[in-house]
Amino acid sequence: MSLRLYIPKDAAARAVGADELAAALQMASEDCGSECQIIRTGSRGLLWLETLLEVETIKGRFGYGPVTTEDIPSLIAAGLFNGAKHPLDHRTAVGLVAEHPLFKAQTRQSFARCGLIDPLDGDGFVAQGGLRGIKAAVKMDGEQIVKQVTDSGLRGRGGAGFPTGIKWQTVRNAESSQKYIVCNADEGDSGTFADRILIEGDPLTLIEGMVIAGLAVGASKGYIYIRSEYPDGYATLLSAVLVAHRLKLLGANVMGSGKGFELEIRLGAGAYICGEETSLLESLEGRRGIIRYKPPLPAIKGLFGQPTVINNVLSFAAVPGILADGAESYSRLGVGRSKGTLAVQLGGNIKRGGLFELPFGVTLRTILNDFGGGSASGRPIRAVQVGGPLGAYFPESLFDLPLDYEEFAKHQGMVGHGGIVVFDDSVDLARQARFAMEFCAIESCGKCTPCRIGSTRGVEVLDRIIAGTDRDKNLVLLNDLCTTMQDGSLCALGGLTPLPVRSALKHFAEDFA
Amino acid sequence: MGKNLPTPQVLKGDTGWDAETAAPIIAEFAAIKGGLIPALHALQNRLGYIDDAAVPDLAKAFTLSRAEVHGVISFYHDFRREPPPKHSVKLCRAEACQSMGSEAMAADLIQRAEGQHECEVSAIYCLGLCAMAPSAMIDGKLVARLTPAKLDAHLAAAGIGFKARTV
Ligand SMILES: Cc1cc2nc3c(=O)[nH]c(=O)nc-3n(C[C@H](O)[C@H](O)[C@H](O)COP(=O)(O)O)c2cc1C
Ligand code: SF4
Ligand code: FES
Repeated sequence: MSLRLYIPKDAAARAVGADELAAALQMASEDCGSECQIIRTGSRGLLWLETLLEVETIKGRFGYGPVTTEDIPSLIAAGLFNGAKHPLDHRTAVGLVAEHPLFKAQTRQSFARCGLIDPLDGDGFVAQGGLRGIKAAVKMDGEQIVKQVTDSGLRGRGGAGFPTGIKWQTVRNAESSQKYIVCNADEGDSGTFADRILIEGDPLTLIEGMVIAGLAVGASKGYIYIRSEYPDGYATLLSAVLVAHRLKLLGANVMGSGKGFELEIRLGAGAYICGEETSLLESLEGRRGIIRYKPPLPAIKGLFGQPTVINNVLSFAAVPGILADGAESYSRLGVGRSKGTLAVQLGGNIKRGGLFELPFGVTLRTILNDFGGGSASGRPIRAVQVGGPLGAYFPESLFDLPLDYEEFAKHQGMVGHGGIVVFDDSVDLARQARFAMEFCAIESCGKCTPCRIGSTRGVEVLDRIIAGTDRDKNLVLLNDLCTTMQDGSLCALGGLTPLPVRSALKHFAEDFA
Repeated sequence: MGKNLPTPQVLKGDTGWDAETAAPIIAEFAAIKGGLIPALHALQNRLGYIDDAAVPDLAKAFTLSRAEVHGVISFYHDFRREPPPKHSVKLCRAEACQSMGSEAMAADLIQRAEGQHECEVSAIYCLGLCAMAPSAMIDGKLVARLTPAKLDAHLAAAGIGFKARTV
């Protein structure tokens, strides 16, 4: 049997040379006269180890990382190609990947297959438990499917945490001959990358979740709207649609149910606001991404005026598991009203950054220390921003907060899409507050004044505070401005920008003095 | 099966506007629901940018006013109305990259790029590589875990020449 090597083709691995590594290893193995098969997988999410090279052995897959082309000679010298026992005596050896403490400590539900298989290998997908969810769903009626999702306690992973089952029920109850399923893969929040990793690593799970939603509410057409900053994800989705047709997951007769489902992949065009659901729908219809007034909700009047389910990638990706293993298998995980798992995305100034799928309830400190291993710079961690550019900055004194939608809200923060960005003690929170305002000004859709004008004023006021001009007066002004934006904005871009600003003011007042 | 677009290619910058090439692309996407943005992507993919000359044709094909088409093109950061330069460097300027020194790197790069027209240096907000910050996209290729020296090596590999580093 030829030697089997696994190398991710995830964008994160490619950005640090995975393609070059794969090509060089292939050449080197031919030079050594050894047969070797290189399988390109998604990412395990252990991103500090990228490029993670895995070798198949009788005991399982042994990992080496981070590996670059420069490591190839020493790996070969240690016996990579000649049937040596693994792990090789090599400085990059990390042992059996499945047994890695930071992999084993996770609860991999939505990401169970991610990093294991070639994401476009339909047979591999099925062999690893793919299609179990849809097979269970086709035996139920729509009402029963919705009930499973409701009972699971699943809440939208796009940021707002709205119960997914209730949304689906609304669309199911709406009368219409054409309903739509739309996947929000805009993932505009900086500090987040879980949608990207799932799309690149296991796109068929996302498609399976969307088709189940279609069966549940009576929709036969779906769209995935993916941001243009993710060219690899886009390419993967285009190919995955073809594979899904071969698996009968898409097409005129989904899994022999007699019901059809078709899927189109659409590319965003570089506008953060298009992650907001009504703006996204405008964009899908071919217009400027300007926010719509709600009501009507998209569930009643969404895409092309029809009842529409719009959910985040991870909301859909959780569904096949819920259908396959039952609502209870999901709802028993988590705490309070935050059920199931969250794909924690740890990035910024951190030693071990990556994606960790964990049940709700884990504290920030556990994530930062046990998983992250402290800052990358070796200096003390002074602040974390949780939940993207509209999320709050938290100081060390709040690191014992558990990941829980309600707990975070109590402390004027949000879990959002699960991104955690780490800063060491060189950070200046006044500058970060300024950036929050600047980002809002750049990305504002322009529909309402508090956001459009307020954010620009916010940048100016913060510039004056930073320069030390009339500080007290300008701090009062900044506070007023935040209140105006919070209360007077039509959507959460303007409405939540005060969150990072105010949290910086509250917890890091010394940076404004 | 759904109507899906080709994968975007790296812009070469050696293309000029060509109404004859544009016409069938416009016609193709006018036939699909909500096809204006896919049409704009396809045009830019093929021709490098969206010339003002395309606006009346797009308006007609999509039964919109010229102002509406113009409004869509200008709303989205991705669409360009002038031919692209030969090279492009998009540096991530969002929070995770800031925490790892992107701002100093960006300031230096912008300064070194001054006065040349071969390469456009611009900001992008998150490439989804936040655990390997700072990151950038150079001529469509993602690069991460950058240091000033690594960035220079990537630029050189892409054939991009800037003034020497000052820091
Ligand atoms: C400014 C702004 C940006 C947003 N960006 C995203 C995004 O990139 N991805 C996403 O899934 N939801 C995003 N949302 C949330 C969506 O509006 C919506 O709540 C979500 O798609 C619903 O799906 P869910 O219930 O599965 O979370 C954003 C909201 C706002 C206000
Ligand atoms: S808050 Fe900002 S982004 Fe939202 S609708 Fe108003 S102007 Fe547009
Ligand atoms: S913040 Fe730079 S890649 Fe995400």
